[in-house]
Amino acid sequence: MMKKIKWGNLYLWLMFVVLYLPIIFLITYSFNAGKVMQGWSGFSLKHYGELFADTRILEIVVNTFLVALLSSLLSSVIGTAGALYIYNIKHALTKNVFLSLNNILLVSPDVIIGAAFLILFTVMGFSLGFTSVLLSHIAFSIPIVVLMVLPRLQEMNRSLVASAKDLGANNWQMLTRVILPVISPGIFAGFFMAFTYSLDDFAVTFFVTGNGFSTLSVEIYSRARQGVSLEINALSAMMFMVSLALVLIYYVISTRAAKSKKQGTRLVLPASEGL
Amino acid sequence: MKKLITGISAILVLVVLLFGTQRYLASQTGTGESSDKVLNLYNWGDYLDPDLITKFTKETGYKVSYETFDSNEAMYTKIKQGGTSYDLTVPSDYMIKKMKRENLLLPLDHSKLTGINNYDTRFMNQTFDKNNKYSLPYFWGTLGIIYNDKYVKPQDVQHWDDLWAPKFKNQIMLVDSARDALAMALITQNKSVNDKSTADLAAAQAKLTTLMPNIKAIIADEIKMYMAQNEAAIAVTYSGEASQAMGNNSHLHYVVPSEGSNLWFDNIVMPKTAKHKAAAYAFLNFMSEPKNAAQNATYVGYATPNKRAMPFLSEAVRHDKQFYPDKKTLDNLQVYDDLGQRWTEKYNDAFLEFKMSQR
Amino acid sequence: MMPKSKRQRQFFYIIPYGIWLVLFVIAPLVLLVFQSLTTPTGHFTLHNYAIYFASGTYLRMTFNSVWYAFLITVVTLIVSYPMAYLLNQLKQKQFWLLLIILPTWINLLLKTYAFIGLLSKSGTVNNFIGLWGVVPQQLLFSDWSFLLVAAYIEIPFMILPIFNSLAEINPRLEQASRDLGANRWQTLRRVIVPLSMPGVKAGIQAVFIPSLSLFMITRLIGGNRVITLGTAIEEHFLVTQNWQLGSTIGVVLIVAMVITMILTRDRARRSARKGR
Repeated sequence: MMKKIKWGNLYLWLMFVVLYLPIIFLITYSFNAGKVMQGWSGFSLKHYGELFADTRILEIVVNTFLVALLSSLLSSVIGTAGALYIYNIKHALTKNVFLSLNNILLVSPDVIIGAAFLILFTVMGFSLGFTSVLLSHIAFSIPIVVLMVLPRLQEMNRSLVASAKDLGANNWQMLTRVILPVISPGIFAGFFMAFTYSLDDFAVTFFVTGNGFSTLSVEIYSRARQGVSLEINALSAMMFMVSLALVLIYYVISTRAAKSKKQGTRLVLPASEGL
Repeated sequence: MKKLITGISAILVLVVLLFGTQRYLASQTGTGESSDKVLNLYNWGDYLDPDLITKFTKETGYKVSYETFDSNEAMYTKIKQGGTSYDLTVPSDYMIKKMKRENLLLPLDHSKLTGINNYDTRFMNQTFDKNNKYSLPYFWGTLGIIYNDKYVKPQDVQHWDDLWAPKFKNQIMLVDSARDALAMALITQNKSVNDKSTADLAAAQAKLTTLMPNIKAIIADEIKMYMAQNEAAIAVTYSGEASQAMGNNSHLHYVVPSEGSNLWFDNIVMPKTAKHKAAAYAFLNFMSEPKNAAQNATYVGYATPNKRAMPFLSEAVRHDKQFYPDKKTLDNLQVYDDLGQRWTEKYNDAFLEFKMSQR
Repeated sequence: MMPKSKRQRQFFYIIPYGIWLVLFVIAPLVLLVFQSLTTPTGHFTLHNYAIYFASGTYLRMTFNSVWYAFLITVVTLIVSYPMAYLLNQLKQKQFWLLLIILPTWINLLLKTYAFIGLLSKSGTVNNFIGLWGVVPQQLLFSDWSFLLVAAYIEIPFMILPIFNSLAEINPRLEQASRDLGANRWQTLRRVIVPLSMPGVKAGIQAVFIPSLSLFMITRLIGGNRVITLGTAIEEHFLVTQNWQLGSTIGVVLIVAMVITMILTRDRARRSARKGR
């Protein structure tokens, strides 16, 4: 028994090393005195200096996160509603039609989505910029949220819903007291994936942006011709460190909470509801 | 449920904070406001020294909104579709012709261009834009061979045909571009890089296919990175890419085959979406100033077409034959013409079939 | 007949989702199908489909796309399932799960560049194995490096849904199974795996479907040795500007996706019936 767990831990450690190796590589080179991610030429903080002097890139970072947070939040809401709708469909064929429509944006390459959205926005007379980018990000994130929430719904105990109904719960109570708590891990998963999609998207954003609005991915990709500078590494290192700090704060808070509530009740584990 | 509400509130707080920061930063750079003292510049990423933007704003009072693209075609799609208001953009040669033909460009008023005489006449009046009615040169360069002297002797890679030597098996990285790959094959058969004959194209494709055993990878902008890391012995790519790779690895050298190659231009044009013409002319004139052109060339690492800028460049760069080739080599270089829809597709189909012929 | 409260509920759900469906899915889809059936001048034609199905090049590309998407999914699943399972055994599992999501927030192009730095001939991995006297290996531009990087990118998308499914399983079930004399392996195979199937399926969909249209890594890491439909679409939309043919390939991809959905439908229906 002991031995098995150790093998498991070894595997986990190994996988974490693989997952973090490229990140460590990137961060290490953000301190390189040279200009590229190759050939260590001494420690330097100059790329961080460049970064803080570059108001344009800082503005882009803020834009990027603004779009990512808002779009993943809104797409989580809409996607959850969509998943609930699809879940309630009894007819198998209708259900499949909806699921297929849902997945179309997942299978379509970004250039197609980008070009189609560009046409859509210009036909509707929409001015390109923050709003068009936000709407597009919401649009391509919705299907992944649906995909993450649906299995949670399918696993949900139907008798739970039925008994809630017997107890006279109305729609709103059923949703907030019964369904949402059960599917919240799926919603969180969907949120995080939508966030990732939004941060990483280049092609769609490129097509639907305009009027001075830009995101980090567009900036990084269009720098490829001249070579991505280590300033971008420095920026990524900073972003990574901030996210890591947030995760660690979460860790500390949730262990504390778990400890203080440990006496007795099985309602504990505030953390286990998340994600 | 409590978790969900906490999560949503946390996100909303963050959003408000970010929004405040964005307003603050926008007021710093001035891009947020829709005043008339603005220039909307649409350029390749990192293709203009940021210090020059600051200098331009200081000198003229125009704030610059710098948006970026990563390929000519993507930029073209955006401009053609509308919904944007770019005042200036920087397409390559063939794209200028295409945009001109589709009435996407505004003619330049030469009387407002104060620095037009600073440009080297060799880079003016090109076939894609006669008399520079629509464009001014921004950067120029060539297509050539970059090699690593640790693995290859210089005399072995002076010409395109040398690449077919069996000893270079699995050693060459080729730029992922139909025009460039076929141009190389066409030149070895003494054909024009703008050849429009089915037989010649088929022959070029066949010739290219025989190069396949020597090809290690077909990639794009990453070539400079790979070459700098000694990943391959030889690569076919542009001078701009080469100069950057060479800056990071002293074993690399760049050759423009004397029998001919491609000469490319990135010129600055005013698309029909332009709204701030005064600002656009101010910028064109600003970039024509020798000092500014030289500063930008030093920052980006490409060759400047501004002959009065040459004294401001460092000695080593100015006399670098690889990047500022002599007249004899220059005379053999050919500029890409816009092939039109049908032939663009034929070239790309030929290249796609070549790529699929691997293994 | 639906009860009134249920109709109200469904109506409430469909409004935001329906607007999205109409504007951002059906409208583009109509546009795509329309494009694929017209000539550049706007006349009806089946020419684009003829080109697609008559050309060995495109059919081979389609095969490549499906094959590599399949391989990526299999590799990702094999790596992710044990990880999701083991993560579930940990205390503070949410924290560890967040650590898995964290790397996905770094820009993809940048991570790919990091992989180039790691795997190149003079890269970190070769330097490392060089310590034991192994000569530098050609790691890039191979199927292995391509699969490695593609799986690397997709792993979090597989782990998350599986993890959620596993977390939902009542630990008492596992205990009961053990009490009934099943060993660890039998419990895993008979109890845990079947119960986590919805998550596994969601993971497979989240990985397989987008993998069909990969293009950037095929060039950067694969050196264009593998050409997939994603590459072809990219080229038709951006380089040759033949949106008609590009749309045709897009339609084919969507049809392939729908077929995948139908093939997995049977199972979904059965499990739904079980639940009722």
